[in-house]
Amino acid sequence: MSAISVRNLWMTFPAKKRGADPIYVLENVNAEIEKGEFVCIVGPSGCGKSTLLNVIGGFLTATSGQALVEGAPVKGPDPRRIFVFQENGVFPWLTVRENIGFGLRRQTNVERERIVAHYVEMVGLAGFETAYPRELSGGMRQRVEIARALAANPDIIYMDEPFGALDFITRLKMRADLVRIWSAEKKTILFVTHDIEEAVQMADRVFVMSRRPATVQEVVPIDLPRPRDLDSPDYLEKRDHIFRVMGMSLRVGETLAV
Amino acid sequence: MKNGGSGKWQAILLPLIVAAVLLLAWDAAVRVSKSDLFPRPVDVLKGIIELAQSGLLLKYISASLFRVSWGFGLAVLVGIPAGLALGWYPRAFQAFNPVIQVFRPISPIAWIPIAIVWFGVTDASPVFLIFLASVFPITVSAISAVQNMQPVYLRAAQNFGLSQSELFRLVIFRASLPQIITGIRIALGVAWLVVVAAEMIAVNSGLGYLIIDARNAGKRYDLVVAGMVMIGLIGLGLDLLVRQLENFDEVRWGYASKQ
Repeated sequence: MSAISVRNLWMTFPAKKRGADPIYVLENVNAEIEKGEFVCIVGPSGCGKSTLLNVIGGFLTATSGQALVEGAPVKGPDPRRIFVFQENGVFPWLTVRENIGFGLRRQTNVERERIVAHYVEMVGLAGFETAYPRELSGGMRQRVEIARALAANPDIIYMDEPFGALDFITRLKMRADLVRIWSAEKKTILFVTHDIEEAVQMADRVFVMSRRPATVQEVVPIDLPRPRDLDSPDYLEKRDHIFRVMGMSLRVGETLAV
Repeated sequence: MKNGGSGKWQAILLPLIVAAVLLLAWDAAVRVSKSDLFPRPVDVLKGIIELAQSGLLLKYISASLFRVSWGFGLAVLVGIPAGLALGWYPRAFQAFNPVIQVFRPISPIAWIPIAIVWFGVTDASPVFLIFLASVFPITVSAISAVQNMQPVYLRAAQNFGLSQSELFRLVIFRASLPQIITGIRIALGVAWLVVVAAEMIAVNSGLGYLIIDARNAGKRYDLVVAGMVMIGLIGLGLDLLVRQLENFDEVRWGYASKQ
């Protein structure tokens, strides 16, 4: 059984003004994601990939079709599947330690301390346990959110452009960290990004979405060993292939064939 | 600033100079006009000492603070939960908001006659008026805090499977707290304004009563101004006190950082 199945999923938002056409966002999306897989969804900006993730995560209801997680239709958000938000959902009124322990309210204090300490270490925030988010850099805040998600011990982690607001160097480091953590924890990760390089650097498979109304245009397996060599011909081959699927040229200055 | 090293001195020195100039101008104005009614600054100081020695000052200050504590305390206890609920449930907001908006612009002073009818010349009258004055700023700030809360906090909370009461305690209340504290600050300022007005009419003690009594019983304007000075100083003290709330780590994220 797939960890996540998306079947004939359509999503239409009602027109904003009277008389205008409704907004067709997703058109017959189908996907199967295996347990423990790291899948990236890429597509042009505004194509509806975040919408798709929000439907799978239970924050939005599809117009028709369905999303199934472990065989059961998604009815709403669920603590067994934690969402990492693009706009950073770390609570600014809690310390790093309290944020990471947020999903562990039902555990004993001793158990919570142990788990929090483990993930503080894993995401490299040792020494910052009592800091507040406003005292941290953007990258560190995003690590807190990832640690908070991991600490809740979910089966699946959904990530919606979680590194979008970070600078280039921090992003590279966060990708490496995420792959390392994923290798250790073996969670299923569904990661939305508009950054093709990001997808090819991390994923087992990349789902390439078309423009709106979006559907899965192609599924590209990235069967490259990790850690990945970003100069290897195989890596560049995969990357350029996805660029071509998305109808883009890599040569700066050339007219885009879209 | 040109000489940044003296910034700290200037912060103390400049206000002192302004205060000294104003005091001198006041003193000069009374002497030049040869007014026998209007007190000089030194008369006011003597008046304060006189009041302090007779024990009246302490008695009146504690009477005023006692009323503010009750009225304001009740307003906090009612205003925060009411505001959080009205901000969270759109139906409740639709139902109650028009009533709130009609009551809000009515000055608490306008309620004095009704307060006297309901509560007589007792402490309950000013307490009621102070409650009315401070409950609206607190409620309204809590409502708008909830309504303008970042949706991402809510989604994160939903994701972690919080119960309704946990959602209120751990997320909605905490996310609203910085703005609620701002409302509390405004409310306390208004409460302090209102207690003086209420005491002039509705009771026989307190700093407001001191002012009206000093004027009526023998035109003691030195004591009138002494009362005003005490009101100003205590009001400043109260504001500095609530301002400390904004420095707690749990709410500091909610205020623009002062560099």
